[in-house]
Amino acid sequence: MVKRIGYAVAAPLAALILAFVVSSAVLLLSGSNPLTAWSNMWEFGTRLETILLAINRASALYISAIAVAIGFRMNLFNIGVEGQYILAAFMAAAVGSQIGPMNPILHVAIILLTAVAVGAAWSGLAGLMKVTRNVHEVISTIMLNAIAVAGVVSFLLAKWSAGSAGASASQTLDVALDPIPESGWLPSLNPLVEFFTRDIKRIDLFSFVLVAVAVGILYHFLINKTRLGFDLRATGANPMAAEASGVNPRKTILLAMVLSGAVAGLVGLGDLLGDAHAYNLRFFQGLGFSGIAVALLGRNNAIGVAFAAFAIGWLERSSGVLEVRGDASREIVTIMIGIIILAAVIAYALVERRRAADEARAAAAATEREVPA
Amino acid sequence: MTTVAERPAATVPPAEPPFWHKRWIRYSIYAFSLALALSVTQEFAKLSTSDLTSSGTWSIALGWSVPILLAGMGGIFSERSGIVNIGLEGMMILGTWCGAYGTLLWGPWWGLAFAALGGALGGLVLAVATVTFGVDHIVAGVAINLMAPGVARFLSDLLFTPRGGSITQSPPISGVGSFSLPFLAGGTLFGWQSPDILGAIEDWDLFFISDIGGILRGFVSDMSWFTLLAYLLVPLAVWLLWRTAFGLRLRSCGEHPIAANSLGVNVYKYKYYGVFIGGALAGLGGGFLSVQLSGLYKEGQTLGKGFIGLATMIFGNWQPVGTALGALLFGFTETLRLRDPNAAHGLLLLITIGLAVIAFRKLILRQLEGLIYVVLAGIGMAFWYFSTDSVPNQLPRITPHIAVLVVLLFQTQHLRPPAAEGQPYRKGDT
Repeated sequence: MVKRIGYAVAAPLAALILAFVVSSAVLLLSGSNPLTAWSNMWEFGTRLETILLAINRASALYISAIAVAIGFRMNLFNIGVEGQYILAAFMAAAVGSQIGPMNPILHVAIILLTAVAVGAAWSGLAGLMKVTRNVHEVISTIMLNAIAVAGVVSFLLAKWSAGSAGASASQTLDVALDPIPESGWLPSLNPLVEFFTRDIKRIDLFSFVLVAVAVGILYHFLINKTRLGFDLRATGANPMAAEASGVNPRKTILLAMVLSGAVAGLVGLGDLLGDAHAYNLRFFQGLGFSGIAVALLGRNNAIGVAFAAFAIGWLERSSGVLEVRGDASREIVTIMIGIIILAAVIAYALVERRRAADEARAAAAATEREVPA
Repeated sequence: MTTVAERPAATVPPAEPPFWHKRWIRYSIYAFSLALALSVTQEFAKLSTSDLTSSGTWSIALGWSVPILLAGMGGIFSERSGIVNIGLEGMMILGTWCGAYGTLLWGPWWGLAFAALGGALGGLVLAVATVTFGVDHIVAGVAINLMAPGVARFLSDLLFTPRGGSITQSPPISGVGSFSLPFLAGGTLFGWQSPDILGAIEDWDLFFISDIGGILRGFVSDMSWFTLLAYLLVPLAVWLLWRTAFGLRLRSCGEHPIAANSLGVNVYKYKYYGVFIGGALAGLGGGFLSVQLSGLYKEGQTLGKGFIGLATMIFGNWQPVGTALGALLFGFTETLRLRDPNAAHGLLLLITIGLAVIAFRKLILRQLEGLIYVVLAGIGMAFWYFSTDSVPNQLPRITPHIAVLVVLLFQTQHLRPPAAEGQPYRKGDT
């Protein structure tokens, strides 16, 4: 047990250190001083405001990672979180802007449910293709990503955009849907934080972080304490054994995809309901793919993923200072994150191999004891 | 005791297959039908421009098909060796950046070579992760796709900003030269202006004949030298993969690595070759995009072409020739999007005609299963065509993605991916 936890912590730690060393080397080669860069980043990153921003970012990353993890648990690859959450955020923004002002709880609930339903439907398409025609979900979700983002959202955004100057507006960045009335906004958690610390300027801690926490708890409960979770894990570990013991693989695949998409639908809503309040072209992209990385780093574990999401979110949010101070391009952090991911998955693969070897050795020793030569 | 006289084995020679089963005849018939459908569409769609079959359109389409073709070919080399390559997009991005930087320093040809090197480096990372360390192929590919834009942006800030570019783009660069074939398309021969035969035919404005003239002229006029090289890669890849020992070994690693190993093939080495070559080709495609088609590196200019390349590879059934045809098709839709969105409306009619042909073929071959869907889809397309005047500009952009989903949904029995694709392999596995 101690050994298992040791492996689980050592691998990401080694990845972090390696990434740190490599990116320092890159900084040196590009003529920057890594020491001042890192110390500036640390100083900026430990400010309360930066940490709050990192938490906002981490909650989106966390939900995205949980969406991916649901699939991972049964060896399903939902590469399509990207398309699912953008389409879902778009539809939720469209619905939210057309209704209300009304009871805030009802309004927010309708928006959230729309996003969940749209995400679930879009990934359910990939699930249907898999169970009816055996189309591999990696390919279908990659294609559905492009169809959602470059096709459906792009088309409808041009069609529905507010103050519709029509085609000419589509050339500018100012294309946006109507804003959501204030009753559909999520409140800021600043008063709560200020109660414990000090005044916060210009930055809101989204209450969306609570949604992320709820998703994490539900995920943990679903995977570890329910029949469906057991079926998912059993199918992931050994599909044939699972089927033999009465798991319906098609139903499980479809359910896993739908659930994954339902969670994915929530990814963009923190920014939408906490800050932007309208869907526009500046809307975040790339959270879906980052979510895959976070899920891998956190090993699909509700707690591990939370640590990973905060680490990545913090790196992304505190890197801005590098450019402001002229130390280096902030993209060094993107490179760093990439190295962390690669190094971590390699480390996990090595650990896994090591564990399998340990197990085989133990099994061999056990048989030898039982059957004396 | 009776003996049964042994009957001599039947010596009936295998029936000569009907002449239309010969491959080249079949392909000619396909090409002919496609050209006919295009000119019928052109005629009936009453387009203001003759864009569906003009030499200009097809010349540009040929150019825009090259990045897709190279990415798809990169996918073939990688996946034939058994490694699924989701990282094509990232390798392409590295190619766009390296191509632009190399061109700035040493000129376009060296720039393209540098682009291949950049893509190959991405391939090397994928190979180290998947082959040496046994990481899941999709995971490693996603990591490369995450990292490549960051690398490109970091390097742009470092190297393009001081040269008059910015963090998101390079200063303008010029590509390699282009040429037109003499006689067929009026190219020059040792400084002498030859006649433009296909151009003249295109100008006759006759139904079908001029359309064919236009399409053919598009393939031979105003073509960059690199486009020619890229398309020469298709027969080269067929030869390399199916006619040499190298190709046999590489493909055996993708079909059955354990068997390959037992026959003395160094599976790791060939997987490395496949992914490395694949990365180089994808990088080359990216380099062509920045150096030749765009005239500069710009952030995000691949627009998911790596994924389209992957889609094209599946569309082409992991075969170079099929991939080339797919790339041409998707280059064509891309061109319609860029040149004349109205012409894209004609595509609907083209698809309708295509569906009608498929339905007819199914009917005479008595493949009644699925016929109803084809007919319904055809009616739907026809309705869409006749009830509207234009299609959303987004449609051509996502045509490749829809096409691949349709192929995967309805033609799965005709697809044959490498058998051991995506499976981890350790030496000593049994």
